[in-house]
Formats: sequence, structure tokens, C-alpha cells
Amino acid sequence: MADTLLDIRGLKTWFKVEDGMVRAVDGVDLHIDRGETVGVVGESGCGKTVTARSVLKLIDMPPGRFEAGQILWQGRDLIPLDQGEMNKIRAREIAIIFQEPMTSLNPVYTVGDQIAEVIALHQKLSPKQAMAGAAEMLRLVNIPNPQKRVHDYPHQFSGGMRQRVMIAMALSCQPKLLIADEPTTALDVTIQAQILELMHEMKDKFGMAIMLITHAMGVVAETCQRVTVMYAGKVVEEAPVEALFADPRHPYTQGLIRSIPRIDRAVSRQARLESIQGTVPSLLNPPAGCRFAARCKYAMDICTQGIPPLKEVAPGHRVACVL
Amino acid sequence: MAGSTPVSLSADAPASPQLAVQPRKARSISPALETWRRFRRHTLAVTGAIVLLILVSGVLLGPYVWPVAINDIDFAAKLQGPSLAHPLGTDDLGQDLLARMMYGGRISLAVGFAAMLVALTVGVLVGSVAGMASGWLDAALMWLTDLFLALPTLPLLLLVMYLFRDSMKKVLGVEGGAFVLIVVVIGGLRWMPVARLVRAQFLSLREKEFVEAARALGASKVRQVVQHILPNALGPVIVVGTIDVAAAIIFESTLSFLGLGFPSDVPTWGSMLRDAKDYLDIAAHWALFPGGAIFLTVLAINFIGDGLRDAFDPRRVL
Ligand SMILES: Nc1ncnc2c1ncn2[C@@H]1O[C@H](COP(=O)(O)OP(=O)(O)OP(=O)(O)O)[C@@H](O)[C@H]1O
Ligand code: SF4
Ligand SMILES: [Mg+2]
Repeated sequence: MADTLLDIRGLKTWFKVEDGMVRAVDGVDLHIDRGETVGVVGESGCGKTVTARSVLKLIDMPPGRFEAGQILWQGRDLIPLDQGEMNKIRAREIAIIFQEPMTSLNPVYTVGDQIAEVIALHQKLSPKQAMAGAAEMLRLVNIPNPQKRVHDYPHQFSGGMRQRVMIAMALSCQPKLLIADEPTTALDVTIQAQILELMHEMKDKFGMAIMLITHAMGVVAETCQRVTVMYAGKVVEEAPVEALFADPRHPYTQGLIRSIPRIDRAVSRQARLESIQGTVPSLLNPPAGCRFAARCKYAMDICTQGIPPLKEVAPGHRVACVL
Repeated sequence: MAGSTPVSLSADAPASPQLAVQPRKARSISPALETWRRFRRHTLAVTGAIVLLILVSGVLLGPYVWPVAINDIDFAAKLQGPSLAHPLGTDDLGQDLLARMMYGGRISLAVGFAAMLVALTVGVLVGSVAGMASGWLDAALMWLTDLFLALPTLPLLLLVMYLFRDSMKKVLGVEGGAFVLIVVVIGGLRWMPVARLVRAQFLSLREKEFVEAARALGASKVRQVVQHILPNALGPVIVVGTIDVAAAIIFESTLSFLGLGFPSDVPTWGSMLRDAKDYLDIAAHWALFPGGAIFLTVLAINFIGDGLRDAFDPRRVL
């Protein structure tokens, strides 16, 4: 299925700060097809959130700035659109849920009011119909007693329930793409699994695509069809999920995969959990050449001379490394 | 798949889930009713509201029950204490204090509320624009606010009164002119704390995730402010607003005291207090009643403000 929904090409989102430009996203290519789940992984600060927010144009400008690139949504570039035009795309076409379910709901309104607001914003419905839609959405995200719970305030819900409410809100206009920015990081493990399962239930029901931003490689292995690995504002590897885990090509990806805790390995070989040595380079003055060079055990002279481009090594498997 | 629209689903078949909602009907009430329900549980606030209601209906309806002229001079009965003929006693001209209290209360309360509205409107407007706009507009508005804060109140007031009293009198009549001038001056000198408060609230609230979430789901800037930021900033503003009513009533007293308020033959609680000050030793009741009325009003309004703030915050268990 080559029906491309979102096609990010060479996106550069920079932030102007006192000492110069933070190149938070510095030439990212990423595409998402209709109905697929794409994982975006990479360590903290590599630009995942900035990429996601760029797609919905939620970056504050200034200090942010689109330096280059295109964000093609079903073939139409979103970068020139103003906020009014973006508001027609938000929720209706692309929705986003954030990491913090505890504070993502307005404390002074009932959850029903908040979901109904989103519905009424994008569809011509009476307040009563919008409220009925809100209750229906709560039912779909498995909140018990939805007809009553619509009248409850956010503080009457647990964190996991609030994230369900956020999902209900995000899906209330049946977007074609749901961007989930670490949707489960703030929740405990059992709730995490439930939320991920819910997202996939919803995906099957509505046939939407998901861009799942996460730190957890385990989650990616279980839920995604394709993975994009980011490092210091750039995409370093992109592959179908099986290919990535079976044959990671980029040294950074290899490190990430080795750092997944695995019971079988720990027991059989008493191997210690590996972590990648060193820290992410500054995005203010990124090093020339491969940005992973300072931490890469295979680094050579040519690595620091030019930025290695993404090269296709197998169908759908692309890597930015000289190796 | 994409065909199953949840909204139309429930709109088509609302019958079955509707049953479940019946037993808890009381919960599905409008936010205004909910706020009222919560306000009712605040004993002090309810007491305050009742006291204020009595005061307001007293000054509005009282004159019909007690139709005595406010300027019926009777030197034979001057400076008398409370009696059947004059329930609150008389002043140095033998004028009936009850009638004057009711008439003066209308003016004092009207001045208080109108001045609060002016202060809140200007303050919320300036504060929210400054809080949303960053950069030069914010800086300019805050500079203006600081400028007003730095102005010495009383001399400025005297100046404004002297400059505009006569021209306002021509347009709006003696009492109308004085009313508008006093309200504008008091409101115009009390909006700055509101503006600063609202701006500070906006600065922190606009970074909140729920505002971000609303933006991400397609809420326009105006909607973000009106629907999501302002209601969360309202609590402290309400409290300041109620204090402003009290302050305006007292301020009007000060103006009347200085002879800058309403014409001297028009009674207000403040001007009655001023006139009574020379007779404190022989006719204490004269000062007691207007003073007590101001005190009661101010206290009642402050309690109401407390109650309103709590009632508007759903996180507070009431
Ligand atoms: N408004 C801003 N001004 C300056 N720099 C910013 C701004 N927003 C983000 N950045 C920078 O952009 C970089 C990428 O941040 P981003 O939030 O995208 O990381 P992330 O991959 O989402 O990390 P995490 O996994 O911790 O969420 C960071 O180095 C951050 O400092
Ligand atoms: S390009 Fe060189 S430094 Fe970068 S990951 Fe590949 S081998 Fe390592
Ligand atoms: Mg992030």
C-alpha cells in the first residue's frame, strides 16, 4: 500500500537562541502511509517532539523557524499555511496526544464538555449531539459508565483514564493520522500496555495511521510496522520493524537494540545491560560529518568529513552511515 | 473501518444509553447551576449574600415603605437618637437619617459596583492582551500599568475633579456627572493590580498542556483565551474584584469627605459620615449607621468573593 499520507522532506526546524541556532530538527525525512504505524525512536533531545509539533505547526515562532524542507500532507505542503488553515487540519485530519495526561485536560470543565468542544469545533452539531458524541467516544475508549462520566471533572480521573480521555478527544473527529508523543511515558507499566492496546484497537476501528514517538524499543517491536531512528536532529536509519531488529545497520541503532533489557540474555550469559557511552552532541554547534562519530566505535576519518546521506541498503531499509 | 462514525452512531440511537443517565440526573446540570450548588455550601458566602441582598433591597425598596423626604428640615428635632418618628434618628438639620441612609446607599452601592466593573474590564483587557502578546506590546502595556501605579492618587483625583466636574455637569446633570466622574476615576485608578494579576496568570496558563492540547486540536487563539485561559485565571480576579467594590465605596467616602464627591446636599454613606464627624460626642448614632453600613457591605462582598472563587474551582471539594 503506497498511499502516502504524510511525507516530510528535508525538514529543518531551528530555534534562535542567544548563542546562535539550535538545530533541533536538521534535515529529517519521514513518511507515513495510510493506516500504518510508524515508530520514531531516539534518545532524549534528538528532536522527536519538535518533528511531531512541526507537522501540526505548533512550534512557537519565534524562536522557532522552518529553515528548509516540506511537510506534505496528502501531497499538499503545510508549511505555507497560516494558523487558521491549520485549524481545519488539526483534529480533523491530524491529531496529537501528549506525554502528560495529568495536565492535558482543562481542570475547570467536565471531560464531556472538552470532548464535545472539539467535536463542535469541527462539525456542525447541536450541543446535545456533541455531548452525545462525547459520551460515545468515552465508551469507545473503554471508560466504564460513559453516560455518567462525561459529567465528571478531570481531577476525578486517574492518569491512565485521563490518557484515555485524551485519546477520545483526539479521535473524536476521526483523524487520518494520530501522532502520539510518548503517550505512555508518564504511566505505570500495566496501564502503558492497556493504552497501547487501546490505540491499536482504535486504529483498526477508524483505519488511521499512527506516528508513535517513544523511547521504548520493546514497544516499537510490538506495535509498529516501520521504524525511524533519529539521532541529534537527523534520521540515521529507517526500516521495516523486522529488518531493523534482525539487521540493524547503523551503529547507533545497534546500540539502542543492545540496550533493551532481555531476560533470556541476562540469565543465560549473565551479560550486563549495555548502554551507549558518551552523550548527545550539542545541537547548537553540531560537529561536521556524522553526528554519532564521537560515540561510534567504528568511526573513521571520512566520518567527520561529510554528513553521510541516507542510502538504501535493502528495500525500504535506509541508513545514514559510511559503513 | 473509517465508515463507522461515532458521533452519528450515538445520534441515531440515543434511546438505550439515555436510560442509564436517569438516576443521576442531578449531575447533568449546566456549569452555572453546578457553580450555584457549590456556592450554596459556603456558609460565610451565603451569609454575605443574604446580608448584601438585604442591604440592596433595603435601599431600593425601603423608600416606598418609608416615604420620608431626605431634605425635610426640622430644627425642632435635630440630632435626635433613634425614635419611632425617626428610626435611625436625625442629623443636625433634623433630617431623617433612615431616608438619607436609603438614598445614600443607592449611590454608594452603585458607585462601588460600577467602579469595580470598570476596574475589572480595563484590567482584564490590558492584562490578557499583555499576557498573550509577547514583545513590545507586552512591554508597552506593562509600562503603562506601572505609570498608572506610580501616579499619586489623591492629587491626580483632585486635578481630574476640578478639570472635568463642570463640563460633566453640563452633559449629565449634577448627580449623573458626579457619578460618572467618580466611577471613572476610581475604576481608572484601580485597574492596574487586576492587569498585573491577569497578565501573570496568563503567562503561566498559556504554557499549560491543556492550552497546548486545545491548540493542537484546532482551537483558535481567541478560543484558547476565552475558553481555556480566562476561566482558569478568574478565581483571583473575582477576589480582587470584590475587594474593589469595597474599596470604591470607601474611596467615594473619601471623596465626599473632601467635598469632591457628590454635591453636598446629596447624601451618600461617605458624605453622611463626613457630616457626622463633628458631632461624634453628642450624636454618635449619626456616624454609626453609615459607618456600619459600609462595614457590613464590604465584609459581605468579601465573603461572597471567597465563595465565588471556591465555587468556580471544581478541584475544591465543597
Ligand atoms: N523553544 C525552543 N527553544 C530552543 N530550543 C528548543 C526549543 N524547543 C526544543 N528545543 C531543543 O530542541 C531539541 C530537541 O527537543 P525535543 O523536545 O524534540 O526532543 P525529544 O526527542 O522529544 O526528547 P524527549 O525524548 O526528551 O522528549 C532539544 O535540544 C531542545 O533543547
Ligand atoms: S558514519 Fe562513521 S561515525 Fe557515523 S555511525 Fe557510521 S561509522 Fe559511525
Ligand atoms: Mg519529546
